[in-house]
Amino acid sequence: MSALTTVASLVYLISAVCYVIGVHLMRSPKTARRGNGLSAVGMFLAVIMIVITIIAEGKITGTGWVVLILGLALGVWYGVARARKVPMTDVPQLVSLFNAVGGGAAAVIGIFDYAVKAGGTHLSVAFSLPVLLDVIIGGITFSGSLIATGKLSGHVPGKPITFPGARLVNVLVVIAILVAAWLMIGLPTNVWFMVLGLIASLVFGLLMTLPIGGADMPVVVSLLNAFTGLAVAFAGFVIDNQVLIIAGALVGAAGTILTLQMADAMNRSVANILAGGFGTGDSATNSTATEVPVNVKETSADDIGLQLAYANNVMIVPGYGLAAAQAQHEVAELAKLLTDNGINVNYAIHPVAGRMPGHMNVLLADVNVPYDQMKQMEEANSMFENTDVSLVIGANDVTNPLARESGNAISGMPILDVDKSKSVVVIKRSMSTGYAGVQNPLFSMDNTQMFFSDAKKGLADIIASTKEYINQ
Amino acid sequence: MSQELYTNLAIFVMSLLVGFEVMSKIPSTLQTPMMSGANAIHGVVVVGAFVIAAEANSWIFYVLAFLGAFFAAVNVAGGYTVTDRMLGMFNRPKKSASKEDENK
Repeated sequence: MSALTTVASLVYLISAVCYVIGVHLMRSPKTARRGNGLSAVGMFLAVIMIVITIIAEGKITGTGWVVLILGLALGVWYGVARARKVPMTDVPQLVSLFNAVGGGAAAVIGIFDYAVKAGGTHLSVAFSLPVLLDVIIGGITFSGSLIATGKLSGHVPGKPITFPGARLVNVLVVIAILVAAWLMIGLPTNVWFMVLGLIASLVFGLLMTLPIGGADMPVVVSLLNAFTGLAVAFAGFVIDNQVLIIAGALVGAAGTILTLQMADAMNRSVANILAGGFGTGDSATNSTATEVPVNVKETSADDIGLQLAYANNVMIVPGYGLAAAQAQHEVAELAKLLTDNGINVNYAIHPVAGRMPGHMNVLLADVNVPYDQMKQMEEANSMFENTDVSLVIGANDVTNPLARESGNAISGMPILDVDKSKSVVVIKRSMSTGYAGVQNPLFSMDNTQMFFSDAKKGLADIIASTKEYINQ
Repeated sequence: MSQELYTNLAIFVMSLLVGFEVMSKIPSTLQTPMMSGANAIHGVVVVGAFVIAAEANSWIFYVLAFLGAFFAAVNVAGGYTVTDRMLGMFNRPKKSASKEDENK
Protein backbone atom coordinates (compact mmCIF):
# COMPACT_ATOMS: atom_id res chain seq x y z
CA MET A 1 0.00 0.00 0.00
CA SER A 2 1.40 3.35 -0.96
CA ALA A 3 1.04 6.26 1.44
CA LEU A 4 -1.72 7.70 -0.72
CA THR A 5 -3.86 4.56 -0.79
CA THR A 6 -3.45 4.21 2.98
CA VAL A 7 -4.64 7.76 3.57
CA ALA A 8 -7.45 7.31 1.03
CA SER A 9 -8.64 4.11 2.72
CA LEU A 10 -8.71 5.83 6.11
CA VAL A 11 -10.58 8.85 4.77
CA TYR A 12 -13.13 6.58 3.09
CA LEU A 13 -13.52 4.74 6.38
CA ILE A 14 -14.24 8.00 8.21
CA SER A 15 -16.69 8.96 5.53
CA ALA A 16 -18.47 5.60 5.84
CA VAL A 17 -18.72 6.09 9.62
CA CYS A 18 -20.31 9.49 8.96
CA TYR A 19 -23.04 7.84 6.85
CA VAL A 20 -23.82 5.20 9.46
CA ILE A 21 -23.99 7.67 12.36
CA GLY A 22 -25.86 10.11 10.10
CA VAL A 23 -28.57 7.56 9.35
CA HIS A 24 -28.71 6.68 13.02
CA LEU A 25 -29.27 10.33 14.01
CA MET A 26 -31.99 10.68 11.38
CA ARG A 27 -34.24 8.37 13.34
CA SER A 28 -35.23 11.12 15.78
CA PRO A 29 -36.81 14.47 14.79
CA LYS A 30 -34.48 16.37 17.15
CA THR A 31 -31.24 15.11 15.65
CA ALA A 32 -32.37 14.33 12.10
CA ARG A 33 -31.01 17.48 10.50
CA ARG A 34 -27.64 17.06 12.19
CA GLY A 35 -27.61 13.47 10.96
CA ASN A 36 -28.12 14.55 7.37
CA GLY A 37 -25.44 17.20 7.82
CA LEU A 38 -22.98 14.64 9.17
CA SER A 39 -23.68 12.38 6.22
CA ALA A 40 -23.02 15.35 3.89
CA VAL A 41 -19.68 15.94 5.66
CA GLY A 42 -18.79 12.31 4.97
CA MET A 43 -19.68 12.82 1.33
CA PHE A 44 -17.53 15.96 1.15
CA LEU A 45 -14.53 14.09 2.60
CA ALA A 46 -14.93 11.27 0.06
CA VAL A 47 -15.06 13.74 -2.84
CA ILE A 48 -12.00 15.66 -1.61
CA MET A 49 -10.10 12.37 -1.29
CA ILE A 50 -10.92 11.20 -4.80
CA VAL A 51 -9.88 14.59 -6.23
CA ILE A 52 -6.52 14.30 -4.47
CA THR A 53 -6.15 10.71 -5.64
CA ILE A 54 -6.73 11.36 -9.33
CA ILE A 55 -4.47 14.42 -9.27
CA ALA A 56 -1.71 12.38 -7.61
CA GLU A 57 -2.11 9.51 -10.06
CA GLY A 58 -1.95 11.98 -12.94
CA LYS A 59 -3.57 9.63 -15.45
CA ILE A 60 -6.52 11.87 -16.25
CA THR A 61 -6.33 13.72 -19.58
CA GLY A 62 -7.16 17.37 -20.16
CA THR A 63 -10.37 16.42 -21.91
CA GLY A 64 -11.11 14.13 -18.98
CA TRP A 65 -10.96 17.10 -16.61
CA VAL A 66 -13.19 19.15 -18.89
CA VAL A 67 -15.97 16.54 -19.17
CA LEU A 68 -15.71 15.75 -15.46
CA ILE A 69 -15.96 19.34 -14.30
CA LEU A 70 -18.62 20.21 -16.86
CA GLY A 71 -20.74 17.20 -15.86
CA LEU A 72 -20.35 17.90 -12.16
CA ALA A 73 -21.05 21.62 -12.47
CA LEU A 74 -24.19 21.10 -14.55
CA GLY A 75 -25.35 18.32 -12.23
CA VAL A 76 -24.84 20.31 -9.05
CA TRP A 77 -26.51 23.36 -10.58
CA TYR A 78 -29.51 21.39 -11.81
CA GLY A 79 -29.90 19.28 -8.65
CA VAL A 80 -29.61 22.19 -6.23
CA ALA A 81 -31.91 24.42 -8.31
CA ARG A 82 -34.62 21.75 -8.42
CA ALA A 83 -34.21 20.92 -4.71
CA ARG A 84 -34.42 24.58 -3.65
CA LYS A 85 -37.46 25.42 -5.73
CA VAL A 86 -39.59 22.31 -5.36
CA PRO A 87 -42.89 22.87 -3.53
CA MET A 88 -43.18 20.44 -0.63
CA THR A 89 -46.13 18.70 -2.28
CA ASP A 90 -43.86 17.64 -5.16
CA VAL A 91 -41.01 16.22 -3.07
CA PRO A 92 -41.86 12.54 -3.71
CA GLN A 93 -41.35 12.80 -7.46
CA LEU A 94 -38.15 14.82 -7.05
CA VAL A 95 -36.66 12.17 -4.75
CA SER A 96 -37.63 9.60 -7.35
CA LEU A 97 -35.88 11.63 -10.07
CA PHE A 98 -32.71 11.88 -7.96
CA ASN A 99 -32.94 8.15 -7.44
CA ALA A 100 -33.23 7.55 -11.18
CA VAL A 101 -30.04 9.47 -11.97
CA GLY A 102 -28.22 7.74 -9.09
CA GLY A 103 -29.09 4.37 -10.64
CA GLY A 104 -28.11 5.74 -14.04
CA ALA A 105 -24.70 6.84 -12.76
CA ALA A 106 -24.08 3.40 -11.22
CA ALA A 107 -25.01 1.73 -14.52
CA VAL A 108 -22.71 4.08 -16.45
CA ILE A 109 -19.75 3.02 -14.28
CA GLY A 110 -20.41 -0.65 -15.03
CA ILE A 111 -20.86 0.07 -18.75
CA PHE A 112 -17.62 2.04 -18.81
CA ASP A 113 -15.52 -0.61 -17.12
CA TYR A 114 -16.92 -3.40 -19.26
CA ALA A 115 -16.49 -1.38 -22.48
CA VAL A 116 -12.89 -0.50 -21.57
CA LYS A 117 -12.11 -4.20 -21.48
CA ALA A 118 -14.23 -5.03 -24.54
CA GLY A 119 -12.79 -6.78 -27.57
CA GLY A 120 -12.29 -10.38 -26.59
CA THR A 121 -10.76 -10.14 -23.12
CA HIS A 122 -11.53 -13.09 -20.84
CA LEU A 123 -12.91 -11.69 -17.62
CA SER A 124 -12.85 -13.36 -14.23
CA VAL A 125 -16.25 -13.96 -12.65
CA ALA A 126 -15.06 -11.74 -9.80
CA PHE A 127 -15.17 -8.85 -12.25
CA SER A 128 -17.92 -9.79 -14.69
CA LEU A 129 -20.53 -10.67 -12.07
CA PRO A 130 -20.46 -7.29 -10.27
CA VAL A 131 -20.45 -5.48 -13.65
CA LEU A 132 -23.47 -7.46 -14.70
CA LEU A 133 -25.40 -6.81 -11.46
CA ASP A 134 -24.41 -3.13 -11.53
CA VAL A 135 -25.60 -2.56 -15.12
CA ILE A 136 -28.82 -4.55 -14.76
CA ILE A 137 -29.93 -3.20 -11.38
CA GLY A 138 -28.84 0.32 -12.34
CA GLY A 139 -30.78 0.08 -15.61
CA ILE A 140 -33.93 -1.15 -13.87
CA THR A 141 -33.87 1.62 -11.28
CA PHE A 142 -33.13 4.26 -13.92
CA SER A 143 -36.15 3.55 -16.13
CA GLY A 144 -38.37 2.40 -13.25
CA SER A 145 -37.75 5.56 -11.20
CA LEU A 146 -38.34 7.80 -14.20
CA ILE A 147 -41.75 6.18 -14.70
CA ALA A 148 -42.45 6.56 -10.96
CA THR A 149 -41.50 10.25 -11.22
CA GLY A 150 -43.87 10.62 -14.18
CA LYS A 151 -46.71 8.90 -12.36
CA LEU A 152 -46.30 11.00 -9.22
CA SER A 153 -46.15 14.25 -11.19
CA GLY A 154 -49.01 13.33 -13.51
CA HIS A 155 -47.00 13.20 -16.76
CA VAL A 156 -47.69 9.48 -16.91
CA PRO A 157 -51.25 8.40 -16.05
CA GLY A 158 -51.41 7.29 -12.40
CA LYS A 159 -53.73 4.40 -13.12
CA PRO A 160 -52.22 0.96 -13.61
CA ILE A 161 -51.20 0.55 -17.24
CA THR A 162 -51.46 -2.95 -18.63
CA PHE A 163 -51.73 -4.31 -22.14
CA PRO A 164 -52.62 -7.68 -23.61
CA GLY A 165 -49.67 -10.04 -23.62
CA ALA A 166 -47.81 -8.06 -20.94
CA ARG A 167 -47.06 -11.28 -19.11
CA LEU A 168 -45.45 -12.81 -22.19
CA VAL A 169 -43.36 -9.70 -22.80
CA ASN A 170 -42.23 -9.82 -19.16
CA VAL A 171 -41.10 -13.40 -19.57
CA LEU A 172 -39.22 -12.56 -22.78
CA VAL A 173 -37.47 -9.62 -21.10
CA VAL A 174 -36.40 -11.77 -18.16
CA ILE A 175 -35.07 -14.37 -20.62
CA ALA A 176 -33.16 -11.62 -22.46
CA ILE A 177 -31.58 -10.50 -19.17
CA LEU A 178 -30.58 -14.07 -18.30
CA VAL A 179 -29.10 -14.61 -21.78
CA ALA A 180 -27.15 -11.36 -21.51
CA ALA A 181 -25.94 -12.44 -18.07
CA TRP A 182 -24.75 -15.78 -19.40
CA LEU A 183 -23.01 -14.14 -22.38
CA MET A 184 -21.27 -11.53 -20.21
CA ILE A 185 -20.04 -14.03 -17.65
CA GLY A 186 -19.35 -17.03 -19.85
CA LEU A 187 -17.83 -15.55 -22.99
CA PRO A 188 -14.99 -13.15 -23.83
CA THR A 189 -16.08 -9.53 -23.70
CA ASN A 190 -18.24 -8.09 -26.44
CA VAL A 191 -19.95 -4.72 -26.07
CA TRP A 192 -23.15 -6.00 -27.67
CA PHE A 193 -23.68 -8.51 -24.86
CA MET A 194 -23.79 -5.62 -22.46
CA VAL A 195 -26.02 -3.52 -24.71
CA LEU A 196 -28.50 -6.41 -24.76
CA GLY A 197 -28.44 -6.62 -20.95
CA LEU A 198 -28.81 -2.84 -20.60
CA ILE A 199 -31.75 -2.55 -22.98
CA ALA A 200 -33.51 -5.56 -21.45
CA SER A 201 -33.10 -4.12 -17.94
CA LEU A 202 -34.37 -0.69 -19.03
CA VAL A 203 -37.46 -2.35 -20.53
CA PHE A 204 -37.86 -4.43 -17.38
CA GLY A 205 -37.86 -1.25 -15.26
CA LEU A 206 -40.65 0.21 -17.42
CA LEU A 207 -42.74 -2.95 -17.34
CA MET A 208 -42.29 -3.31 -13.61
CA THR A 209 -43.49 0.21 -12.77
CA LEU A 210 -46.19 0.90 -15.37
CA PRO A 211 -48.80 -1.57 -13.99
CA ILE A 212 -48.53 -0.15 -10.47
CA GLY A 213 -51.11 2.40 -9.32
CA GLY A 214 -50.07 5.94 -8.41
CA ALA A 215 -51.04 5.55 -4.76
CA ASP A 216 -48.55 2.71 -4.35
CA MET A 217 -45.74 4.72 -5.96
CA PRO A 218 -44.15 5.91 -2.67
CA VAL A 219 -43.45 2.31 -1.69
CA VAL A 220 -42.09 1.61 -5.17
CA VAL A 221 -39.85 4.69 -5.00
CA SER A 222 -38.49 3.48 -1.68
CA LEU A 223 -37.89 -0.01 -3.11
CA LEU A 224 -36.09 1.40 -6.16
CA ASN A 225 -34.06 3.55 -3.77
CA ALA A 226 -32.84 0.37 -2.08
CA PHE A 227 -32.09 -1.10 -5.53
CA THR A 228 -29.95 1.90 -6.41
CA GLY A 229 -28.03 1.36 -3.18
CA LEU A 230 -27.21 -2.17 -4.31
CA ALA A 231 -26.27 -1.00 -7.82
CA VAL A 232 -23.88 1.53 -6.28
CA ALA A 233 -22.38 -1.18 -4.05
CA PHE A 234 -21.75 -3.37 -7.12
CA ALA A 235 -20.21 -0.37 -8.90
CA GLY A 236 -17.89 -0.28 -5.88
CA PHE A 237 -16.87 -3.90 -6.56
CA VAL A 238 -16.24 -3.01 -10.21
CA ILE A 239 -13.87 -0.13 -9.49
CA ASP A 240 -12.61 -1.68 -6.23
CA ASN A 241 -13.68 1.25 -4.08
CA GLN A 242 -14.82 0.43 -0.55
CA VAL A 243 -16.71 3.63 0.21
CA LEU A 244 -19.14 2.83 -2.63
CA ILE A 245 -19.59 -0.71 -1.31
CA ILE A 246 -20.25 0.43 2.26
CA ALA A 247 -22.58 3.32 1.42
CA GLY A 248 -24.39 1.34 -1.26
CA ALA A 249 -24.98 -1.69 0.96
CA LEU A 250 -26.06 0.59 3.81
CA VAL A 251 -28.70 2.24 1.61
CA GLY A 252 -29.70 -1.12 0.13
CA ALA A 253 -30.40 -2.61 3.56
CA ALA A 254 -31.84 0.52 5.17
CA GLY A 255 -34.01 1.16 2.10
CA THR A 256 -35.39 -2.37 2.25
CA ILE A 257 -36.42 -1.96 5.90
CA LEU A 258 -37.94 1.43 5.14
CA THR A 259 -39.89 -0.04 2.21
CA LEU A 260 -41.33 -2.78 4.42
CA GLN A 261 -42.32 -0.24 7.08
CA MET A 262 -43.99 2.03 4.53
CA ALA A 263 -45.93 -0.85 3.00
CA ASP A 264 -46.91 -1.91 6.50
CA ALA A 265 -48.20 1.56 7.39
CA MET A 266 -50.33 1.52 4.24
CA ASN A 267 -51.63 -1.94 5.09
CA ARG A 268 -50.19 -3.36 1.87
CA SER A 269 -47.62 -6.03 1.19
CA VAL A 270 -44.69 -5.34 -1.13
CA ALA A 271 -45.54 -8.47 -3.12
CA ASN A 272 -49.11 -7.25 -3.70
CA ILE A 273 -47.88 -3.85 -4.77
CA LEU A 274 -45.48 -5.33 -7.31
CA ALA A 275 -48.24 -7.59 -8.64
CA GLY A 276 -49.83 -4.28 -9.58
CA GLY A 277 -53.19 -3.14 -10.82
CA PHE A 278 -54.77 -2.31 -7.49
CA GLY A 279 -55.01 1.31 -6.38
CA THR A 280 -55.25 4.11 -8.87
CA GLY A 281 -54.45 6.86 -6.40
CA ASP A 282 -56.59 9.09 -8.58
CA SER A 283 -59.84 8.22 -6.89
CA ALA A 284 -59.63 11.37 -4.78
CA THR A 285 -59.99 13.44 -7.92
CA ASN A 286 -62.34 11.03 -9.66
CA SER A 287 -65.84 12.36 -9.12
CA THR A 288 -67.86 9.50 -10.55
CA ALA A 289 -69.88 8.67 -7.45
CA THR A 290 -70.82 5.05 -6.97
CA GLU A 291 -73.97 4.16 -5.04
CA VAL A 292 -74.22 7.10 -2.68
CA PRO A 293 -75.10 6.02 0.86
CA VAL A 294 -78.36 7.30 2.29
CA ASN A 295 -78.71 9.78 5.16
CA VAL A 296 -75.87 12.01 4.06
CA LYS A 297 -76.32 15.48 5.51
CA GLU A 298 -74.87 18.33 3.53
CA THR A 299 -73.77 21.50 5.21
CA SER A 300 -72.52 24.95 4.23
CA ALA A 301 -69.37 26.96 4.90
CA ASP A 302 -71.51 29.31 6.96
CA ASP A 303 -72.68 26.56 9.29
CA ILE A 304 -69.18 25.13 9.68
CA GLY A 305 -67.88 28.58 10.60
CA LEU A 306 -70.51 28.82 13.32
CA GLN A 307 -69.63 25.38 14.73
CA LEU A 308 -65.92 26.18 14.78
CA ALA A 309 -66.32 29.60 16.34
CA TYR A 310 -68.21 28.11 19.30
CA ALA A 311 -66.12 24.98 19.80
CA ASN A 312 -63.55 24.45 22.53
CA ASN A 313 -61.55 21.63 21.02
CA VAL A 314 -61.11 21.25 17.28
CA MET A 315 -59.26 18.39 15.60
CA ILE A 316 -58.14 18.77 12.01
CA VAL A 317 -57.76 15.52 10.07
CA PRO A 318 -55.78 16.22 6.90
CA GLY A 319 -55.60 13.67 4.06
CA TYR A 320 -54.52 13.12 0.51
CA GLY A 321 -57.16 15.57 -0.80
CA LEU A 322 -55.55 18.40 1.17
CA ALA A 323 -52.13 17.59 -0.27
CA ALA A 324 -53.55 17.25 -3.80
CA ALA A 325 -55.38 20.60 -3.55
CA GLN A 326 -52.28 22.21 -1.96
CA ALA A 327 -54.54 23.64 0.74
CA GLN A 328 -51.98 23.51 3.56
CA HIS A 329 -51.73 27.32 3.72
CA GLU A 330 -55.49 27.67 4.15
CA VAL A 331 -55.65 25.01 6.83
CA ALA A 332 -52.84 26.67 8.78
CA GLU A 333 -54.58 30.04 8.46
CA LEU A 334 -57.86 28.61 9.78
CA ALA A 335 -56.07 26.92 12.68
CA LYS A 336 -54.28 30.15 13.58
CA LEU A 337 -57.53 32.10 13.47
CA LEU A 338 -59.07 29.62 15.91
CA THR A 339 -56.08 29.39 18.28
CA ASP A 340 -55.83 33.18 18.39
CA ASN A 341 -59.36 33.16 19.72
CA GLY A 342 -58.67 30.69 22.47
CA ILE A 343 -59.86 27.56 20.69
CA ASN A 344 -57.71 24.51 21.14
CA VAL A 345 -56.68 23.16 17.72
CA ASN A 346 -54.74 20.00 16.96
CA TYR A 347 -53.98 17.95 13.88
CA ALA A 348 -54.59 14.20 13.82
CA ILE A 349 -52.04 12.75 11.45
CA HIS A 350 -52.41 9.23 10.19
CA PRO A 351 -49.06 7.56 9.37
CA VAL A 352 -49.90 7.42 5.67
CA ALA A 353 -51.78 10.71 5.30
CA GLY A 354 -50.61 12.69 2.29
CA ARG A 355 -48.65 11.18 -0.53
CA MET A 356 -46.19 9.07 1.43
CA PRO A 357 -45.59 8.20 5.08
CA GLY A 358 -44.65 11.30 7.00
CA HIS A 359 -45.33 13.58 4.06
CA MET A 360 -48.22 15.38 5.82
CA ASN A 361 -45.91 16.42 8.66
CA VAL A 362 -43.53 17.93 6.13
CA LEU A 363 -46.35 19.81 4.38
CA LEU A 364 -47.71 21.23 7.64
CA ALA A 365 -44.28 22.09 9.01
CA ASP A 366 -43.70 24.00 5.78
CA VAL A 367 -46.59 26.36 6.64
CA ASN A 368 -45.38 26.87 10.23
CA VAL A 369 -47.77 24.56 12.03
CA PRO A 370 -46.20 24.07 15.49
CA TYR A 371 -44.73 20.61 15.80
CA ASP A 372 -46.58 19.94 19.08
CA GLN A 373 -49.98 20.49 17.44
CA MET A 374 -49.33 17.54 15.12
CA LYS A 375 -50.64 14.52 16.95
CA GLN A 376 -49.64 11.07 15.76
CA MET A 377 -52.35 8.45 15.52
CA GLU A 378 -52.21 6.94 19.01
CA GLU A 379 -52.22 10.30 20.75
CA ALA A 380 -54.92 11.72 18.49
CA ASN A 381 -57.16 8.72 19.09
CA SER A 382 -57.09 9.36 22.83
CA MET A 383 -58.25 12.95 22.20
CA PHE A 384 -61.27 12.43 19.91
CA GLU A 385 -63.73 11.83 22.78
CA ASN A 386 -63.11 15.37 24.04
CA THR A 387 -63.19 16.89 20.57
CA ASP A 388 -66.15 19.12 19.72
CA VAL A 389 -65.56 19.32 15.99
CA SER A 390 -63.41 17.05 13.86
CA LEU A 391 -62.66 18.68 10.53
CA VAL A 392 -61.80 15.94 8.03
CA ILE A 393 -60.16 17.47 4.96
CA GLY A 394 -59.74 15.22 1.95
CA ALA A 395 -59.19 12.10 4.04
CA ASN A 396 -61.26 8.99 3.56
CA ASP A 397 -59.95 5.47 4.16
CA VAL A 398 -57.87 6.46 7.20
CA THR A 399 -61.11 7.46 8.98
CA ASN A 400 -63.26 4.54 7.84
CA PRO A 401 -64.79 2.72 10.85
CA LEU A 402 -65.22 -0.39 8.66
CA ALA A 403 -61.54 -1.09 9.32
CA ARG A 404 -62.55 -2.28 12.79
CA GLU A 405 -64.72 -4.99 11.26
CA SER A 406 -63.57 -8.01 9.37
CA GLY A 407 -64.17 -9.06 5.81
CA ASN A 408 -63.41 -5.96 3.73
CA ALA A 409 -60.44 -4.43 1.90
CA ILE A 410 -59.35 -2.27 4.83
CA SER A 411 -60.00 -4.67 7.73
CA GLY A 412 -57.34 -4.33 10.35
CA MET A 413 -55.89 -1.10 9.02
CA PRO A 414 -55.16 1.28 11.90
CA ILE A 415 -57.53 4.26 11.62
CA LEU A 416 -58.21 7.58 13.29
CA ASP A 417 -61.28 7.29 15.55
CA VAL A 418 -62.90 10.40 14.11
CA ASP A 419 -66.38 8.93 14.65
CA LYS A 420 -65.90 9.24 18.44
CA SER A 421 -65.87 13.03 18.39
CA LYS A 422 -69.04 15.00 19.16
CA SER A 423 -69.40 16.36 15.65
CA VAL A 424 -67.66 15.57 12.38
CA VAL A 425 -67.39 17.83 9.34
CA VAL A 426 -66.01 16.26 6.17
CA ILE A 427 -64.70 18.45 3.38
CA LYS A 428 -64.51 16.36 0.25
CA ARG A 429 -65.03 16.89 -3.45
CA SER A 430 -67.61 14.14 -3.87
CA MET A 431 -68.91 10.93 -2.35
CA SER A 432 -66.40 8.87 -4.34
CA THR A 433 -64.61 6.14 -2.44
CA GLY A 434 -61.01 6.38 -1.33
CA TYR A 435 -58.05 4.48 -2.62
CA ALA A 436 -59.27 1.18 -1.18
CA GLY A 437 -62.58 1.47 -3.06
CA VAL A 438 -64.69 0.94 0.09
CA GLN A 439 -67.70 3.08 1.05
CA ASN A 440 -67.16 5.04 4.25
CA PRO A 441 -70.06 4.74 6.77
CA LEU A 442 -68.60 7.70 8.66
CA PHE A 443 -70.15 9.98 6.03
CA SER A 444 -73.70 8.85 6.82
CA MET A 445 -73.44 8.89 10.61
CA ASP A 446 -75.80 11.06 12.66
CA ASN A 447 -73.09 13.41 13.89
CA THR A 448 -71.42 13.79 10.48
CA GLN A 449 -71.99 16.60 8.01
CA MET A 450 -70.56 16.72 4.50
CA PHE A 451 -69.27 19.83 2.76
CA PHE A 452 -68.67 19.08 -0.90
CA SER A 453 -65.88 21.28 -2.13
CA ASP A 454 -62.29 21.41 -3.23
CA ALA A 455 -60.20 21.62 -0.05
CA LYS A 456 -58.57 24.93 -0.96
CA LYS A 457 -61.74 26.78 -1.95
CA GLY A 458 -63.85 25.22 0.81
CA LEU A 459 -61.36 26.23 3.49
CA ALA A 460 -61.22 29.79 2.17
CA ASP A 461 -65.03 30.00 2.51
CA ILE A 462 -64.90 28.51 6.00
CA ILE A 463 -62.21 30.99 7.08
CA ALA A 464 -64.40 33.86 5.87
CA SER A 465 -67.49 32.64 7.73
CA THR A 466 -65.57 31.76 10.90
CA LYS A 467 -64.17 35.30 10.98
CA GLU A 468 -67.69 36.72 10.88
CA TYR A 469 -68.88 34.66 13.83
CA ILE A 470 -65.77 35.31 15.88
CA ASN A 471 -66.03 39.06 15.33
CA GLN A 472 -69.68 39.21 16.35
CA MET B 1 -11.50 -16.41 -4.65
CA SER B 2 -9.05 -13.56 -4.67
CA GLN B 3 -8.16 -11.72 -1.47
CA GLU B 4 -9.50 -8.49 -2.93
CA LEU B 5 -12.89 -9.98 -3.77
CA TYR B 6 -13.13 -11.64 -0.38
CA THR B 7 -12.40 -8.38 1.43
CA ASN B 8 -14.96 -6.49 -0.64
CA LEU B 9 -17.57 -9.19 -0.12
CA ALA B 10 -17.01 -9.14 3.64
CA ILE B 11 -17.36 -5.35 3.68
CA PHE B 12 -20.53 -5.62 1.60
CA VAL B 13 -22.19 -8.19 3.87
CA MET B 14 -21.22 -6.37 7.07
CA SER B 15 -22.55 -3.08 5.69
CA LEU B 16 -25.85 -4.75 4.82
CA LEU B 17 -26.11 -5.97 8.42
CA VAL B 18 -25.29 -2.50 9.76
CA GLY B 19 -27.97 -1.06 7.45
CA PHE B 20 -30.62 -3.44 8.75
CA GLU B 21 -29.61 -2.77 12.34
CA VAL B 22 -29.37 1.02 12.20
CA MET B 23 -32.76 1.31 10.52
CA SER B 24 -35.05 -0.60 12.87
CA LYS B 25 -38.34 1.24 13.53
CA ILE B 26 -38.52 4.72 12.07
CA PRO B 27 -41.31 7.05 13.26
CA SER B 28 -43.60 7.59 10.27
CA THR B 29 -43.03 11.35 10.53
CA LEU B 30 -39.45 10.80 9.41
CA GLN B 31 -39.97 8.17 6.74
CA THR B 32 -40.06 10.58 3.82
CA PRO B 33 -36.97 12.57 4.96
CA MET B 34 -35.20 9.29 5.74
CA MET B 35 -35.85 7.97 2.26
CA SER B 36 -34.55 11.20 0.81
CA GLY B 37 -31.49 11.10 3.09
CA ALA B 38 -30.68 7.52 2.07
CA ASN B 39 -31.15 8.61 -1.53
CA ALA B 40 -28.50 11.29 -1.02
CA ILE B 41 -26.07 8.76 0.48
CA HIS B 42 -26.05 6.58 -2.62
CA GLY B 43 -24.96 9.77 -4.38
CA VAL B 44 -21.50 8.56 -3.24
CA VAL B 45 -21.50 7.04 -6.73
CA VAL B 46 -20.01 10.43 -7.67
CA VAL B 47 -16.66 9.02 -6.46
CA GLY B 48 -17.00 6.39 -9.16
CA ALA B 49 -17.67 9.09 -11.74
CA PHE B 50 -14.27 10.63 -10.87
CA VAL B 51 -12.60 7.25 -11.24
CA ILE B 52 -13.97 6.60 -14.72
CA ALA B 53 -13.28 10.17 -15.87
CA ALA B 54 -9.64 9.61 -14.93
CA GLU B 55 -9.49 6.56 -17.20
CA ALA B 56 -11.37 7.97 -20.19
CA ASN B 57 -9.29 8.39 -23.36
CA SER B 58 -11.63 8.34 -26.38
CA TRP B 59 -14.81 10.19 -27.25
CA ILE B 60 -17.24 7.42 -26.33
CA PHE B 61 -15.62 7.11 -22.89
CA TYR B 62 -15.66 10.88 -22.46
CA VAL B 63 -19.40 10.82 -23.17
CA LEU B 64 -19.89 8.08 -20.56
CA ALA B 65 -17.75 9.96 -18.04
CA PHE B 66 -19.76 13.12 -18.63
CA LEU B 67 -23.05 11.28 -18.17
CA GLY B 68 -21.81 9.58 -15.02
CA ALA B 69 -20.56 12.85 -13.52
CA PHE B 70 -23.78 14.69 -14.40
CA PHE B 71 -26.12 11.99 -13.07
CA ALA B 72 -24.15 11.47 -9.88
CA ALA B 73 -23.86 15.20 -9.19
CA VAL B 74 -27.62 15.70 -9.56
CA ASN B 75 -28.18 12.81 -7.15
CA VAL B 76 -25.76 13.92 -4.47
CA ALA B 77 -26.23 17.70 -4.57
CA GLY B 78 -30.00 17.64 -5.04
CA GLY B 79 -30.45 14.81 -2.54
CA TYR B 80 -28.71 16.54 0.35
CA THR B 81 -30.30 19.91 -0.41
CA VAL B 82 -33.88 18.67 -0.49
CA THR B 83 -33.39 16.49 2.61
CA ASP B 84 -31.98 19.44 4.52
CA ARG B 85 -34.90 21.62 3.43
CA MET B 86 -37.40 19.06 4.65
CA LEU B 87 -35.68 18.53 7.99
CA GLY B 88 -35.16 22.27 8.50
CA MET B 89 -38.92 22.64 8.66
CA PHE B 90 -39.11 20.52 11.80
CA ASN B 91 -36.63 22.77 13.59
CA ARG B 92 -38.33 26.13 13.20
CA PRO B 93 -38.79 28.11 16.41
CA LYS B 94 -42.09 26.98 17.89
CA LYS B 95 -44.92 29.32 18.70
CA SER B 96 -46.00 29.22 22.33
CA ALA B 97 -47.98 26.11 23.00
CA SER B 98 -48.48 26.78 26.68
CA LYS B 99 -52.27 26.76 26.48
CA GLU B 100 -52.30 23.29 25.13
CA ASP B 101 -50.02 22.04 27.86
CA GLU B 102 -52.28 23.47 30.57
CA ASN B 103 -55.16 21.49 29.18
CA LYS B 104 -53.38 18.20 29.54
